[in-house]
Amino acid sequence: MNVELKVTPDKYLPHRYAGASGDFNPIHIDREFAEQVGLPSTILHGLWSMAQVARACVNAAGGDPRSLKRLSVQFRGMGFPEQEITVTGEVKEERDGVVVIAAEAEQAGNKIIKNVEAELSPQ
Amino acid sequence: MPVKTEAIGKSYPPVEYEVGKEKIGEYARAVGEENQVYFDRNAAREAGFRDVPAPPMFAVVYSWGSVALPAVDPAVDLNFAMLVHGGQEFAWGEPVCSGDVISTVASVKDVHEKGGMGFYIFETVSTNQDGQEVARGTWTNIVRGVS
Repeated sequence: MNVELKVTPDKYLPHRYAGASGDFNPIHIDREFAEQVGLPSTILHGLWSMAQVARACVNAAGGDPRSLKRLSVQFRGMGFPEQEITVTGEVKEERDGVVVIAAEAEQAGNKIIKNVEAELSPQ
Repeated sequence: MPVKTEAIGKSYPPVEYEVGKEKIGEYARAVGEENQVYFDRNAAREAGFRDVPAPPMFAVVYSWGSVALPAVDPAVDLNFAMLVHGGQEFAWGEPVCSGDVISTVASVKDVHEKGGMGFYIFETVSTNQDGQEVARGTWTNIVRGVS
């Protein structure tokens, strides 16, 4: 089982994700506000990036969302729109039909999600 | 200022969320899902779902209102200006489908200080209208400069 997913969030993605999720924190959607609080630009929602990790894991298990039983992540560096994100992971162990995956997400050389542990039970 | 620990173990009233098919579609598009089960009721039923299922990470949508309660509780005293989302975990049970009514209870699992940072760990437990657990979330919030 190989976990790999590449995705480039477009400029307006954080606006769509804000609407879809209900998280309208201005650091994600207002460039002026983000710069005022010392960020280089608006940043991606960490939970959107986590959803990319979830998607990579479900795809690796064959695409059935019921196969994802548990997902644990740590948020590290900030993610930005308009730059490619790569999720990679590998099987750490397999026991009783459960596949444990270790993974991470990186963007432009920065790890934005670390210490991912996923439990998959392929359907 | 040291962290307040008086809220450890405290739980909050349940918050209900009614799951809609178009909301699932909106969320699924925003996170880049392409599987037709998230958009097409027939495809969902053919795959064995009761109705259009929500992607796993839709858990953040139906538990958001609940986890907001400890976050704004003066007994927790979370300093939003210095807050970062440090980590997140979900464990999933029964799939969530369009038409479900999800009830989520949040609690304060732990508050502690380490290396000048405050760790505020909230747990959410979400159940559906039949009492089945659909997701259990662990939300780790880190506040810089607490001591």
